[in-house]
Amino acid sequence: MLKIDNLQARVAEKQILNGINLEVKAGEVHAIMGPNGSGKSTLASVLSGREDYEVTGGSVNFMGKDLLAMAPEERAREGVFMAFQYPVEIPGVSTINFMKTALNQIREHRGQPTVDAVSFLNLMKEKVKLVEIDQSLLNRSLNEGFSGGEKKRNEIFQMAMLEPRLAILDETDSGLDIDALRIVSNGVNKLRSKNNAIIVVTHYQRLLDYIVPDFVHVLYKGRIVKSGTKELALELEAKGYDWIKNEMASV
Amino acid sequence: MSTVLDDLSQVIPGGHVDLPTHKTEEYRFTPIARALEKAFPNGFVSGPKKEISSIDEFLIPGLDCSVIKIVDGVYDGTPAANPSGDVFDQLNARLSKGVLSIHASEKPVLILNINTGSTSLHNRFSIKVEAGASLTIIERTINLSSSPLFQTLSEEIEVGKNARLDFIKIQGTPNIIEVCNTSITQEDNSHVNTFTLLLEGILVRNNLSIAIDGEHCESHFHGLSLLNGETIGDHHTVVDHKKPNSFSNELYKGVMDGRSKGVFNGKIFVRPHAQKTNAFQSNRNILLTEHATINTKPQLEIWADDVKCSHGCTTGQLDDEAMFYLQSRGIGKEDARAMLLYAFALQTIEYVSIAPLKAYIDSLIQKRLYAK
Repeated sequence: MLKIDNLQARVAEKQILNGINLEVKAGEVHAIMGPNGSGKSTLASVLSGREDYEVTGGSVNFMGKDLLAMAPEERAREGVFMAFQYPVEIPGVSTINFMKTALNQIREHRGQPTVDAVSFLNLMKEKVKLVEIDQSLLNRSLNEGFSGGEKKRNEIFQMAMLEPRLAILDETDSGLDIDALRIVSNGVNKLRSKNNAIIVVTHYQRLLDYIVPDFVHVLYKGRIVKSGTKELALELEAKGYDWIKNEMASV
Repeated sequence: MSTVLDDLSQVIPGGHVDLPTHKTEEYRFTPIARALEKAFPNGFVSGPKKEISSIDEFLIPGLDCSVIKIVDGVYDGTPAANPSGDVFDQLNARLSKGVLSIHASEKPVLILNINTGSTSLHNRFSIKVEAGASLTIIERTINLSSSPLFQTLSEEIEVGKNARLDFIKIQGTPNIIEVCNTSITQEDNSHVNTFTLLLEGILVRNNLSIAIDGEHCESHFHGLSLLNGETIGDHHTVVDHKKPNSFSNELYKGVMDGRSKGVFNGKIFVRPHAQKTNAFQSNRNILLTEHATINTKPQLEIWADDVKCSHGCTTGQLDDEAMFYLQSRGIGKEDARAMLLYAFALQTIEYVSIAPLKAYIDSLIQKRLYAK
């Protein structure tokens, strides 16, 4: 589904990614962990098409297409979804109106008929249950005045609505208490299927207790320096990131 | 002196008029003399008069209202019908220019100010909303001529005790140079909402002055400029609190595209006796290109000490983070931009309460923002 080959990127003249290689197949969940500043969020941003990031080398192939050549909206229409670390508040745009526009533009791109108001509301009612989000929140301006937990639940709600092939969860656990973490993770788990894939970007192991990954990769100084299964996350938790840093220093 | 300024001088008693220049403080950013010279190189030469086939397209869909049609500065009634058997009544029906009809009702009044061929048009309205009465006025100018039009429109509106006025001005006339002077006086317990939608024009200057000469008045003055091309849109407002215990809230927003230029000057006076006044003002602008500009200036003069007043102005570009967020969900760049601008604009029509009118204004806003 996704093949990242020797990806290098910089932001504001600072080189952050120094050659990332990663292959994600349908049905898989990959966790990307790493200390602060290792390039985790940069990788998520580059994959979703944020403008400030300049790709200086390498390639990303998504479902046979050159992902890096696409505008952010094209990536979304092709099936890439990013759950933001800091979801933006947009006064005056309701989540409902926003989701309806997004869903219909994606459907149009895929040659599917657009959904009318009634079918949209029915679909929404069904997806709202996944993340236990209060429907009245969705009538309000997008994320405006939402708590940290509500914002993250709204991200997963949007993911449920748009049914992406590849979801990238950028530090979705940050700012969540245990209850919200459980709700958000349950939502994500219900969306897991053999047809889609998920990349979980996180600093802490605790999210991986809930969203159990098939593979864990450790990012350090813009490279994946270690890959393994979920046990690697536990080992990291026990030994700390200094373990990686020391190991790398000795190489 | 050029032709057009000569023309103007001739009509002023005394044969002299000082048009404002860039050195005139009140017109510093609004080069009206230059715009007039450019638009009328040969003076105000009238062209052929256009026939008005139907006014249907200038009406507001679904709005039950009385229409006052003013054609080339003259009240225009519908042709006379059903004359009686008396020969002079029949004669009258043939020779009169139209029926002056008066409808007394609470229906909104739509003033259609139509120009068929002249290049210079000057109207003056006087409106009184009597004590306890309620009136909605919607104003729009239609230029059927293919030539530019220079228009001045002056209107004096009195709003009596316990009366209510909703005043909506839709400025969507391309090819116009226009100066509107609107003075509103409010008496005790009166309620005024104004909304000015500025979409088109070569240069449009609105001088809106409100004298709150009564206690316990409530007033909302809203405006929205959605400018593009080389339009210059200028709102000069004065809110003068002369008596205590009143509330005024002013909100003007602007979206400037292309090489357009916005001007906002908002004066608030709170006179020494006008204690317990609440007066708020906000001017917010989005510049869409590096060639678009806005000059904004709040001016508060407060002589009373027990008041709540605030003003704020912001000017910026569209929020990149918000744009990226919408795009990252599959929404195309142009639609994302329109969605954000629409959300920004919508707050200004909050107090337009008649549903078909609000829907119509909403459609004008959407048409402009989703046009690209």
